[in-house]
Amino acid sequence: MRLRKSLVMLVYLLFVLVPIYSLVNMSFKSNREILGGLTLWPTAPTLDNYRVVFTEPTWYTSYLNSLSYVSMNMLISLLVALPAAYAFSRYRFLGDKHMFFWLLTNRMAPPAVFLLPFFQLYSAVGLFDTPIAVALAHCLFNVPLAVWILEGFMSSVPKEIDETAYIDGYTFPKFFIRIFLPMIRPGIGVTAFFCFMFSWVELLLARTLTSVDAKPIVAQMTRTVSASGIDWGVLAAAGVVALLPGIAVIYFVRNHVAKGFALGRV
Amino acid sequence: MKPYNNKAWWLVLPVFVLVAFSAIIPMMTVVNYSVQDIFDPSTRYFVGTEWYREILADPRLHDSLLRQFIYSFCVLAIEVPLGIVVALSMPRRGLGVPFSLILLSLPLLVPWNVVGTIWQIIGREDIGLYGWILNSLGLDYNYASNPRDAWITVLVMDVWHWTSLVALLCYSGLRSIPDVYYQAARIDRASHWAVFRFIQLPKLKNVLLIAVMLRFMDSFMIYTEPFVLTGGGPGTATTFLSQTLTQMALGQFDLGRAAAFSLIYFLIILLVTWVFYTAMTHNDNKE
Repeated sequence: MRLRKSLVMLVYLLFVLVPIYSLVNMSFKSNREILGGLTLWPTAPTLDNYRVVFTEPTWYTSYLNSLSYVSMNMLISLLVALPAAYAFSRYRFLGDKHMFFWLLTNRMAPPAVFLLPFFQLYSAVGLFDTPIAVALAHCLFNVPLAVWILEGFMSSVPKEIDETAYIDGYTFPKFFIRIFLPMIRPGIGVTAFFCFMFSWVELLLARTLTSVDAKPIVAQMTRTVSASGIDWGVLAAAGVVALLPGIAVIYFVRNHVAKGFALGRV
Repeated sequence: MKPYNNKAWWLVLPVFVLVAFSAIIPMMTVVNYSVQDIFDPSTRYFVGTEWYREILADPRLHDSLLRQFIYSFCVLAIEVPLGIVVALSMPRRGLGVPFSLILLSLPLLVPWNVVGTIWQIIGREDIGLYGWILNSLGLDYNYASNPRDAWITVLVMDVWHWTSLVALLCYSGLRSIPDVYYQAARIDRASHWAVFRFIQLPKLKNVLLIAVMLRFMDSFMIYTEPFVLTGGGPGTATTFLSQTLTQMALGQFDLGRAAAFSLIYFLIILLVTWVFYTAMTHNDNKE
């Protein structure tokens, strides 16, 4: 049984890693080598692609822009979603089911046509081309997701824990922060990671709401297409660099994801 | 049974305000577009439901809608079971945990246009690994000219890209099952299948609901990856619904018609998701 499990895992990881490897491989090659033929490793490894990404200001500022709106978005999403998810998991109230489903409907709008009104809205409130505009716009799909994921985790915590805490004299904020949040740490970890991820890779909204000052990395990547064709090497290097913050996030939340919670901590 | 308390609205209010700000105004603007014929911002005519009638009769919508449904169905049928299997196979403790978590999440972190680029290269028979292997096995594989190959490539790309999402959700759901459940199962000498069927699967129901709905919505709106990989071709083999919409909105500058298309599109997703949601939460209400 254990052997079979490891085998499944190994095969799947191989499936995941081959394209990633080919991306890394590509990032160390010159364009001529990439288009010249199939090589399993760079025959003439070059750091030129990375040099472009790290030294040209348009590249590294776009990288920082992305990081700033993504972290803002992660913070906002978690802060508003935690109390809301608690309300959904513990109480019934007027319109709760409709509200819960309505939240998710906001992920369903096909972007092509919605981009123009978004542009008009954020220009009208004077936020166009700022990281906060992108952070707020991404809340549209991240907050509902955060509420949904957190609600699932909160519902799996027995209600008796809340009741015992209130009997023991805890106030709501104190109970929520000291007892409840630590219990759903796996959920918070997963939610933070998903908020990060969906915001980090989103292209259409981020590109529409910014022009120069807050241009995100994903939009900068689409500029590698020039008159002389696509600059495959630089695109690959930027793709590899774009993986790194996500790896850092998943590394920080790994214990929260991996740790099951023990019953009866209260 | 959960207590009824309208004060809970105060906890939900911040979310409501934040989401409504970005949701309701753009939605109303699109509704407004969809009933007008817009030549330029100052020249527009009210046309009522004409766009809707025209779109619903448009064979392009029918074709791409059918393609879209087949595609999303395949995505769900492959990714959900595979995701569960991967989650069950993941190590529970030790160094393997962070290692496999990080490796699994890699595809999710690749920006969507780069995902298309990777598969564009890897599928080519002259410079890509998969294309080269398939062709040296004697298969005549070419995603740029053969519609079936293009379609399969887009599907495999999606499986590669998104199965990790299902797996990560299921894994974290599995981790929140208290150990006492497993201990009880061991005392009862429950089989692996029984443990899965009666302990793990019921506990996974919440995360699976999220995973199925997310995968349905996102696969139904897939745009960037196939656009980069195949550009919708060859012919219209991989022209999914969002690409038909974008061609209409940007290619033909038909804002009114495109807005009507978006709303129909939105309603289809809404309807299907609602059916999923109702079907999967139906039992909760009975209990």
